[in-house]
Amino acid sequence: MIGGLFIYNHKGEVLISRVYRDDIGRNAVDAFRVNVIHARQQVRSPVTNIARTSFFHVKRSNIWLAAVTKQNVNAAMVFEFLYKMCDVMASYFGKISEENIKNNFVLIYELLDEILDFGYPQNSETGSLKTFITQQGIKGQTKEEQSQITSQVTGQIGWRREGIKYRRNELFLDVLESVNLLMSPQGQVLSAHVSGRVVMKSYLSGMPECKFGMNDKIIIDKAGKGGVTNEAGKSTSGKQSIAIDDCTFNQCVRLSKFDSERSISFIPPDGEYELMRYRTTKDIILPFRVIPLVREVGRTKLEVKVVIKSNFKPSLLAQKIEVRIPTPLNTSGVQVICMKGKAKYKASENAIVWKIKRMAGMKESQISAEIELLPTNDKKKWARPPISMNFEVPFAPSGLKVRYLKVFESKLNYSDHDVIKWVRYIGRSGIYETRC
Amino acid sequence: MPAVSKGDGMRGLAVFISDIRNCKSKEAEIKRINKELANIRSKFKGDKALDGYSKKKYVCKLLFIFLLGHDIDFGHMEAVNLLSSNKYTEKQIGYLFISVLVNSNSELIRLINNAIKNDLSSRNPTFMCLALHCIANVGSREMAEAFAGEIPRILVAGDTMDSVKQSAALCLLRLYKASPDLVLMGEWTSRVVHLLNDQHMGVVTAAISLITCLSSKNPDEFKTCVSLAVSRLSRIVSSASTDLQDYTYYFVPAPWLSCKLLRLLQCYPPPEDGAVKGRLVECLETILNKAQEPPKSKKVQHSNAKNAILFEAISLIIHYDSEPNLLVRACNQLGQFLQHRETNLRYLALESMCTLASSEFSHEAVKTHIETVINALKTERDVSVRQRAADLLYAMCDRSNAKQIVAEMLSYLETADYSIREEMVLKVAILAEKYAVDYSWYVDTILNLIRIAGDYVSEEVWYRVIQIVINRDDVQGYAAKTVFEALQAPACHENMVKVGGYILGEFGNLIAGDPRSSPLVQFNLLHSKFHLCSVPTRALLLSAYIKFINLFPETKATIQEVLRSDSQIRNSDVELQQRAVEYLKLSSIASTDVLATVLEEMPPFPERESSILAKLKKKKGPGAVSVELEDGKERGELNGGGDRGGDASTPSPSADLLGLRSTAPVSGTTPSAGSLLVDVFSEAGPSATSAGVNDDGFLSSAPPTVASEDPAPPLPESDELLNKFVCKNNGVLFENQLLQIGIKSEYRQNLGRMYLFYGNKTSVQFVSFNTTVSCPGELQSHILQLEPLVEGGAQVQQVINIECLTDFIDAPLLNIKFRYGGALQNISLKLPVTINKFFQPTEMAAADFFQRWKQLSQPQQEAQKIFKASHGMDTEVLKAKLLGLGTALLENVDPNPENYVCAGVIQTKAQQVGCLLRLEPNAQAQVHTHKCILLDSRLIMCHQCKSILNSC
Repeated sequence: MIGGLFIYNHKGEVLISRVYRDDIGRNAVDAFRVNVIHARQQVRSPVTNIARTSFFHVKRSNIWLAAVTKQNVNAAMVFEFLYKMCDVMASYFGKISEENIKNNFVLIYELLDEILDFGYPQNSETGSLKTFITQQGIKGQTKEEQSQITSQVTGQIGWRREGIKYRRNELFLDVLESVNLLMSPQGQVLSAHVSGRVVMKSYLSGMPECKFGMNDKIIIDKAGKGGVTNEAGKSTSGKQSIAIDDCTFNQCVRLSKFDSERSISFIPPDGEYELMRYRTTKDIILPFRVIPLVREVGRTKLEVKVVIKSNFKPSLLAQKIEVRIPTPLNTSGVQVICMKGKAKYKASENAIVWKIKRMAGMKESQISAEIELLPTNDKKKWARPPISMNFEVPFAPSGLKVRYLKVFESKLNYSDHDVIKWVRYIGRSGIYETRC
Repeated sequence: MPAVSKGDGMRGLAVFISDIRNCKSKEAEIKRINKELANIRSKFKGDKALDGYSKKKYVCKLLFIFLLGHDIDFGHMEAVNLLSSNKYTEKQIGYLFISVLVNSNSELIRLINNAIKNDLSSRNPTFMCLALHCIANVGSREMAEAFAGEIPRILVAGDTMDSVKQSAALCLLRLYKASPDLVLMGEWTSRVVHLLNDQHMGVVTAAISLITCLSSKNPDEFKTCVSLAVSRLSRIVSSASTDLQDYTYYFVPAPWLSCKLLRLLQCYPPPEDGAVKGRLVECLETILNKAQEPPKSKKVQHSNAKNAILFEAISLIIHYDSEPNLLVRACNQLGQFLQHRETNLRYLALESMCTLASSEFSHEAVKTHIETVINALKTERDVSVRQRAADLLYAMCDRSNAKQIVAEMLSYLETADYSIREEMVLKVAILAEKYAVDYSWYVDTILNLIRIAGDYVSEEVWYRVIQIVINRDDVQGYAAKTVFEALQAPACHENMVKVGGYILGEFGNLIAGDPRSSPLVQFNLLHSKFHLCSVPTRALLLSAYIKFINLFPETKATIQEVLRSDSQIRNSDVELQQRAVEYLKLSSIASTDVLATVLEEMPPFPERESSILAKLKKKKGPGAVSVELEDGKERGELNGGGDRGGDASTPSPSADLLGLRSTAPVSGTTPSAGSLLVDVFSEAGPSATSAGVNDDGFLSSAPPTVASEDPAPPLPESDELLNKFVCKNNGVLFENQLLQIGIKSEYRQNLGRMYLFYGNKTSVQFVSFNTTVSCPGELQSHILQLEPLVEGGAQVQQVINIECLTDFIDAPLLNIKFRYGGALQNISLKLPVTINKFFQPTEMAAADFFQRWKQLSQPQQEAQKIFKASHGMDTEVLKAKLLGLGTALLENVDPNPENYVCAGVIQTKAQQVGCLLRLEPNAQAQVHTHKCILLDSRLIMCHQCKSILNSC
């Protein structure tokens, strides 16, 4: 269990220090500062063990959050908690910066008291936290209100309070995906996966019951079964369904129902939240294909040609495209010619950066560069780091489609049809690299 | 950076450095550096020629980037080009880059070496100096290979400028330190020595560093430098401060040179030539005189320079140790410093005095400062100075002032700094023991010590008290009374309880007469401490209780009650539980006679050197010169001679050994008494412990650390060692701090094979490890040689084959030589080969036996010995011993069932000798009569048998 939680600024000064267990002494604060923050070589592991004490840290801009424990805890749980902590703080006071943390330190201690008890994480749902931890100072709460809070916090649905009312029942659904790729120079996919999130913003009255449907292969197969074998089901549904490798849900989703019927039903929290997170590895639509061509001309010259091809419907437009072509460490001069966009040699990053504002599907574009090299006395060969790429496309590279999102509210008189629903897909690049 | 004139300033470099300094984060810094590197690369591309200035600027930038910790893999060529420039600043930057960034890249090294050669052969002294500095800064083997021949020539050439000579001397010194095998001075030696006569003081100063280093390696070749150094010294010392214009530092003429000269002289023994010696003594006297003169300046630099020379002179005087007059004067001078305002001076004075105290000439003189030193110990603010003061007190202690010093140290101990307490405790303990005139004082002191600084009193200290108390009859009563009183204190240190428990358990009866310390009072007092103690102490107390039962039968019921209580008999600690159960049984079953035997008073411990001394040495470690000298002195005194205790710098193995030995007896009853408890019932208790002591004593012997190549004389105890192996074939033959030798042997007929296991107990490898066996003519041995290296912690095995040609007396000698950390270790041991190893057991019937027994009754054929049964009369033990002897034990042969008879044949290559043995125990007198009959009438065999019988 978490023994304590510290927040440091970039210099290693302690901004927040909250110790939950006696086995964590004051010197733990310094140990982390000395061994991680002040370490000359950058500490890259998020988990550091110092004198039989484990430190789990995440960094937000130049703020360090470190959870400390002496026990053998579930590291994934600790990190989940730290990220949640970041989300909670962000929703209370915006950007996590030294200034904001200093200005809100009372609030942060209050939050820490609430979401971590004796090192065990508690309810960290922003919506419900906001009902009783406010930034307005102490409000005179009536007995009724207090008991309401108590029953809500301790009740079955801790994440939504009763009696919410909206004139317009509205619902926003975002499918956000990031696609990761490593490709060989010959165009062979070495590894690829998509990690996606379904983020929802709901403004619904009462205590609505929602049901979310997507083109998950198992559900589609189940629905379209009707005596047809699995094999056939696949062929009929074809590309329409996707195989989800693993997924996690917001606490509001009824897991028992998911386990038995694989249907996602829930009473949504109010406002913005992440409904689910998932990962797929099969049948990924790779939005771009990078074809590198590197030729070494003697010891002092290098010719690079890179072609990018967009591989999606011509009607769609990709945005914010950036290709980063690494150059050898002994580059002494670069000439670049490109048809589209702008390209520049950035000596400070040892790379040629090629930017294109937007690009439609099924197009291709190319860049060629001549790199002059300085002969060095090191016999080390250039390691040829991969060419990386950034972009944003308006579809889900995993192929995920939202089939329906039904809202039922029995007590209030609005039906599924009255709710205005918005769906948006955004696919971004994660680590999208091609070896050259 | 050198001071650059305005026109020469490199603006680009300054801008770059300030950019880097202004970077907010590491990432920003790396970006800026990458940018700059790309810029430099584009400049060095080679399509347009760069002028010297920009080349220098970029090379400077690269150097700066490298010093920030980034890799630089280009620009070497440009730097080498700078070397051939004619401008000083450009050449200098080039050399700087090379000396910082050079790697053994073949082509570049060749170019660099060429450039250096050019500069060395140029007539420009500045360039020559730059080249020499570069060689010295790099100082690699390659550099030494290339230039080691050249530089001595430059050094001694008549036409070389003085400044170049200085650089050359220092450069050569550097190369010599890095790779001494490449710098061969042979032909240059005399000319280098004559540099001491050089006109230029700077050259002399530089050369003397070189000479000191060289002569410490091969003193004989540079012997001539002594007289030159003395004459130079006398010229400096006798000169007025105005004579050496440039080399006078705050009115002190050439202080650095003087110090170096004095240090050089410390490499050699006192000069034999009377004139030279006279001159030197005169110099030293002048230096001592000058110290008395009023200072010419109030500046601290003046006094520092003056005192530096003085202290070097004093260490030279101490080094010579032959001029009583000078020694005493030095001592008086130091005495003045003891009260100086300056802390550093006081520290140095105390330190030097420590070494002075060990000289026979100045010991008395040092003693006169005792009051000052004691005062320093009490009032000094700096702990390191107090430490020195304590060292000095320890060094100056002798029989006359021991009481005072020990009392002072004891009183200081109460307030002493924690870091030096343990050492102080050891010192007090040693002094108290060494100079104890009456042992009651000793006991008082040590008990006081435990009272004051119980936590810092190590095991050795209280073991030692007990050893001494047990060995001295006259002090036992007093000790018992004192510990009894000490235990009255409400809060007692655990060590005090240990000593108290042990002593009252042994000698409580001596004070039992007094009603205030009646047995029950004693017991209750001890038992009141019982529950506050740790497990080992409780175990010791339980042993003390059982001894009480023996001493005072009237306490039996009370003690049995205590033993029977659940907290003892069901204690969760196995050791305590076992003791409680066994002691309870012992006390209820055994008769008083048995009890008296089992719980007899401990026999005296064999006298030996104090283990505390060893502990102190170990604590300080080799290295502190003053302490070594002290040690040397102590050893000298302990050996009873006036000699200064040989080679004190090797870690003395004897010290630790003694530690091992003296801990053993006490541990018999205290910490690891598990084995003892078993012994208690199989053999007689106290004698079993004493056997244990002997065994341990056997394991650890004290080889003298003789640093000669000849085989060391065998250890004094080795005869005793030999006896231990008469009846057993395997065991640990030898052990000290460094080495452990185990032995495993097997014999068949006249052949034997021995496996020796050499275990390196240190973490350092032994080099040139070599073992030889020298046999008497009657034995033949074949030894398989080993690798000369024994890694740290490793064990190697060696096989020795032995053939017995005929009967013999002397055991073969094993000589082991190896180097441990440079010091030669030389150990000689007797291998445990005795004639009885070649015994073949023979079975024979009773009639047969007595027929032969009676046949052989000529006096030269038999050996008879009557001896006290030192190991008790236990049948099984005796049987085991006799079997171990190698003979067959014949049952039901002798008409008297108490007697033991044995028969065997000694197998040698030349002959076979039958042998009959009879052992007649006499239970009343506790005496054995041992008679041995041999079938051969060789007297030699008789003697041999006698000695074997002795050891049984």
